[in-house]
Amino acid sequence: MSENTWTQKHLLGLEHLDRDQILIIFSLAKQIKQRMADGVKKFDALDGICVGNLFFEASTRTRTSFSLAAKRLRADIVDFSGSGSSLVKGETFIDTARNIEAMGVEIVVVRHATPGAAHLLAENIEASVINAGDGAHEHPTQGLLDLFTIWERKDSLEGLTVALIGDIAHSRVARSNIWGLRTLGAHVVICGPTTLVSRRWQDFGVEVCHDLDTILPRCDVLNLLRIQFERQRTGLFPSIHEYAHLFGVNRERMECAKDNVLILAPGPINRGVEVTPDVADGSHSVILDQVTNGLAIRMAVLTLVSGRCL
Amino acid sequence: MSKLLIQGGRIIDPSQQINRVADLVLCDGKVEGIDIPVSEPDTIVDAKGKIVCPGLVDMHVHLREPGREEDETIATGTAAAVAGGVTSMACMPNTEPALDNQAAAEFIYLQAARAAKANVYPIGTVSKGRSGQELAEMGGLVEGGAVAFSDDGDPVSNSQLMRRALEYALMLDKAVFSHCEIKELTVGGVMHEGDVSLKLGLPGLPAVAEEIMVNRDIALAELTGGRLHILHASTAGTVDLVRNARRRGISVTTEAMPHNFILTDECLERFDSDFIMYPPLRAASDVEAIIEGLVDGTIEVIATDHAPHAVEKKMKELDHAPFGVMGLETLIPICIRALIEPGHLSWPALIEKLTINPSKLLGINKGTLQNGVDGDVTIIDPDVPWTVDPKKFHSKSRNSPFKGWEVSGRAYMTIVGGETKYRLSDMQD
Repeated sequence: MSENTWTQKHLLGLEHLDRDQILIIFSLAKQIKQRMADGVKKFDALDGICVGNLFFEASTRTRTSFSLAAKRLRADIVDFSGSGSSLVKGETFIDTARNIEAMGVEIVVVRHATPGAAHLLAENIEASVINAGDGAHEHPTQGLLDLFTIWERKDSLEGLTVALIGDIAHSRVARSNIWGLRTLGAHVVICGPTTLVSRRWQDFGVEVCHDLDTILPRCDVLNLLRIQFERQRTGLFPSIHEYAHLFGVNRERMECAKDNVLILAPGPINRGVEVTPDVADGSHSVILDQVTNGLAIRMAVLTLVSGRCL
Repeated sequence: MSKLLIQGGRIIDPSQQINRVADLVLCDGKVEGIDIPVSEPDTIVDAKGKIVCPGLVDMHVHLREPGREEDETIATGTAAAVAGGVTSMACMPNTEPALDNQAAAEFIYLQAARAAKANVYPIGTVSKGRSGQELAEMGGLVEGGAVAFSDDGDPVSNSQLMRRALEYALMLDKAVFSHCEIKELTVGGVMHEGDVSLKLGLPGLPAVAEEIMVNRDIALAELTGGRLHILHASTAGTVDLVRNARRRGISVTTEAMPHNFILTDECLERFDSDFIMYPPLRAASDVEAIIEGLVDGTIEVIATDHAPHAVEKKMKELDHAPFGVMGLETLIPICIRALIEPGHLSWPALIEKLTINPSKLLGINKGTLQNGVDGDVTIIDPDVPWTVDPKKFHSKSRNSPFKGWEVSGRAYMTIVGGETKYRLSDMQD
């Protein structure tokens, strides 16, 4: 990319990100992937810039992916995790961030259990903020990598039917996907138990369904959201067994799906619950592509918010 | 003999159906009369172009003292009150410790007298320690000067206890003020449950969590004949329930908060904890229903639910910040913006809900300019433009959902017992 035409200081969510901005990210991610395939290991884009990884909630994948992305761009990285640190000492979340910023951090990647936490930071610090997941609100880089994975395989999302299956109510991945998919012209269906899939989503132009088998034949993409076992314990559905029976994607169900259907899962997956191992590892699955693409997307986003070029 | 003449203002006193330009005379701290001959007043206040009304009565405030003086004290809360035109208020007993006994009630009068700004009437708890288990000594509370009973901040979840409270308070001729919330339905919730909460991924507080308990309490009021006051009506359903109950002759009243008739749940899109409170900001249709209830008289009272929280407590993630917003210093301009400017209420109708109606509910001899009553007077400049800047508030806290608003109208002068406790110019310096 010869010039950085990105206009956002932060990446807080996909709800308000327009098509052009999303495509700028995709184009840069594609370029990064290409150059890496050509053997380039590292880029100089973030040389001298310090990235703070502020994880106030446990995360392995996203954190590792952001860390590696920053390293590949030659950034310096400060890692901070919420557990066992100043939060326990009573310091507020904003104070913690301000302290880390005062050490010279220019880009803050933040994961937090509360919706809006990234917005709160963006309003209270000078650094660019990248939301790495705020409660059930948004997880924009995950949304982007899901969209990018589909885009790579299908060339365009225009007119595709994409089903998000599982716990929509508590899912930031679902929300980022819904906004991004709609912006890029896909038809979104959400499917899962009524206690986890609100019919109010129809107000946002999303199709709501509680019977997987009725939508399966017309879906181009199935994105299988992780079901968290603690939801069952809070009474939102009767048992994991029943969930797997009603909403798990297995070989029998795949026979009713389109031949070229893509299976995505933001992971970590519960094998045998959302998806059976044969499907997760089968030919329709792009689950590991998502992980690879996650790195490219995060490198692209870090580069763009830094205002620099590759 | 000290005489104060308030000259040329529009006197609006709904308790006497007065609404005309006239002169008001106070003598030795009492109202002496309207348009009476006065010789050599000690002080003359020019009130031309202003509204002169009984001192405003806010029957729902949290003054935080004792126990949470970092948020507010009776001194700072009453200073905020007079700056907002409020001369009398009833304070909620969710202090630490809870205001559940006679001595605690008397402490409120003591602190208010020390602060010497405005009148404060304590509301006693329904239950000992506000723990929802057994009745507080309500008789003792009344002897200590409590004007009503409430476990506000929390509901009285035990229906049997609520029944007993309504029955027992009847003997004391007091109302029970009910905070309506079915706790099982609000676990973890931070905002109104609707499209906005769905979008933001924030746990919801469904309207029915309020309405189910409003329904229960109305049934209990009917059963017992007790006096029920529904605190902070926020949903269309609550307004309907109260309207129907009143038609059936049940002794139930309710109140609305300015934030609930001007703001909606869309404010939460800013993820700012200055927009969270219980009950929460509801949908636009609820705001319309509240206004309708104010217009048709279902909602007799406007109160602020002034709920200060120290900056350090509010400057947190939404699910870690305490619920509540301040209201005393923005009461007048928000009522003007929401109710007067669109023509929903006339000035006399508005002032009635801010003076005589709450006074009657509390059983206090306030909210009127009848001859001989305490000289509590609020002079309102209805047109003066100003910007809401919480940094300039008299309150200790800053959590106003109206911060930065360009508004019109505010208290020009607030007189309590014949003494000027606030004058607008004091603050503009």
